Amino acid sequence: MRALLSSRWTTLGLLCLVIAALPLVFPSGYYYRVAALVWISAIAAVGLNIFMGYAGQVSLGHAGFFGIGAYAVAIGPARFGLNSWLCIFLGVFLSAALAWLVGRPILRLRGHYLAIATLGLGFLIALVLANEARWTGGPDGTAVPRLTIAGARLMEPVTWYWISGGLLTLGTALALNLENSAVGRALRALHDSEIAAALAGIDVARHKLRAFVIAAVYASLAGSALALFDGFITPDAAGFLRSIELVAMVVVGGIGSTAGSIVGAGLLVTLPQILAVFVEYEQIALGLIIMVVMIFLRRGIVPSARRLIVRRAP
Amino acid sequence: MTLLVAETLGIHFGGVQAVDDVSFAVETGRIFSIIGPNGAGKTTLFNLISGIYRPNTGRILLAGEDVTGLPPHRLAAKGIARTFQNLQVFYGMTVIENVMVGRHLREERRLVPAMLGLPSVTRQNRATRKKAHEILAFVGLDERIDEPAGALSYGDLRRLEIGRALALEPKLLLLDEPAAGCNPVETAELIGLVRNIAEQGVTIVLVEHDMRFVMQISDRVLVLDGGRMLAEGSPEAVRQNPEVVAAYLGRHGAREAGYARG
Ligand SMILES: Nc1ncnc2c1ncn2[C@@H]1O[C@H](COP(=O)(O)OP(=O)(O)OP(=O)(O)O)[C@@H](O)[C@H]1O
Ligand SMILES: [Mg+2]
Repeated sequence: MRALLSSRWTTLGLLCLVIAALPLVFPSGYYYRVAALVWISAIAAVGLNIFMGYAGQVSLGHAGFFGIGAYAVAIGPARFGLNSWLCIFLGVFLSAALAWLVGRPILRLRGHYLAIATLGLGFLIALVLANEARWTGGPDGTAVPRLTIAGARLMEPVTWYWISGGLLTLGTALALNLENSAVGRALRALHDSEIAAALAGIDVARHKLRAFVIAAVYASLAGSALALFDGFITPDAAGFLRSIELVAMVVVGGIGSTAGSIVGAGLLVTLPQILAVFVEYEQIALGLIIMVVMIFLRRGIVPSARRLIVRRAP
Repeated sequence: MTLLVAETLGIHFGGVQAVDDVSFAVETGRIFSIIGPNGAGKTTLFNLISGIYRPNTGRILLAGEDVTGLPPHRLAAKGIARTFQNLQVFYGMTVIENVMVGRHLREERRLVPAMLGLPSVTRQNRATRKKAHEILAFVGLDERIDEPAGALSYGDLRRLEIGRALALEPKLLLLDEPAAGCNPVETAELIGLVRNIAEQGVTIVLVEHDMRFVMQISDRVLVLDGGRMLAEGSPEAVRQNPEVVAAYLGRHGAREAGYARG
């Protein structure tokens, strides 16, 4: 039972099943839009979980990379006439390069210090996006030219449902493979004891940097997807609240669990929609639910559920 | 042949000279013990040899090569492995995964094949797991390999750390108080295990407070006190050294003094 529940094929199979089956129960086209937003956030969360859950580090500025990906596909085509597909890769490259450059000095910090350093990085990116109005459209945001395939413009929620669902499946598969490799074991080891990891021959600094860069790449891709899907982007996408939301997805779903990150993303994206009926109490209700989940399911939703099932099983 | 040489090693933390002018040599395949009262600098000496601290004075030679100041992961690659007085277990992992981590240096560690889950990675995982299983059998822990490491008893966790260190296939194994917290039965088993490891040609340096353990197993013994060397020699010679007896009588419990006198 334990083996089955922790198998990557279980996670991947369930995810494919959910993505394929959900449209059968959608009462209206609007649901495709919400679900696509879930998949897109989940991509960023699955990536952040590699850094936070596997390697045990903290980033409070991760939406910054999301913003870079989003603005790459906004600015590149509109101001430089670059192909949108190319701009997705430019965004990934920029995010990875920035993560690598900044990561080398700041990943030496630990705990609260690392949290503050990444917070600063996030603020800096959001600030640039808001202030360089000439390029970015400033705080009011900017339109994003749509992605085209063979002359067809991709803008329908249904289309994006399948694109983002496919991307999430791919991202999940890669993350799960990583977890079950020498590199993944190295990340999880340094999470628990950097000294013991180093003495097992693990280059701790290098592996933290790897995890940070991977997480930045996931966030950048998710950012590009959101911008292309919405056709419009504001600097809020890179802002502090978005960073916190990403962290909350990883933690609420179950830190270290890839499936958990997806569940967390599902919860944090859909709850505000559901709670919208409470109008002005929406935020309070959301906060309360998150608190209750963390009090009763301390390890997060997925790991707690897994424990329950394993205990019940004969 | 000499595997490890420490030359006039010293380190201080602020005003505390934790290790002061310590020199010794360890022959290949031998068991070398370091004893001394609490705060004598034994763990600090291990931290110097394993690269966690850089010495303020002196050099460390491994198989004739100067390895002073190399970071821990480079020293691991040169064949130094260790266990920890205050356990450093990977509690988020299973028992066997803990040992698999010890195989890190023998594994392919490129990112792209790992993320793509190529067949070579699957094969490697299987090989690593098999090797880890063998090592767990060797240290006597092959029954609960897929349980979380935290489910093990204290004595078993100490063996797990030894297993993880052995997974590196080290030349030099540093054991920091392997018998601490173990009951007499576990300690007796541990003595057998350490002997087995030494028989396979692994050089062992160990820190231990249990004098019976030390006197039974060691080829040579180094006595530290207040960061300085008090004596070095065969267990017999050290046991009869008046300065050692005095140090133990003066500052340490009568129990250990009793062992020291035999
Ligand atoms: N990182 C550090 N910072 C400051 N002081 C330290 C540090 N590491 C060790 N010390 C000091 O160095 C001295 C030697 O400590 P060490 O842990 O090496 O002793 P030990 O011989 O291993 O003792 P025990 O038998 O209790 O394990 C102590 O006074 C300790 O407080
Ligand atoms: Mg000590």
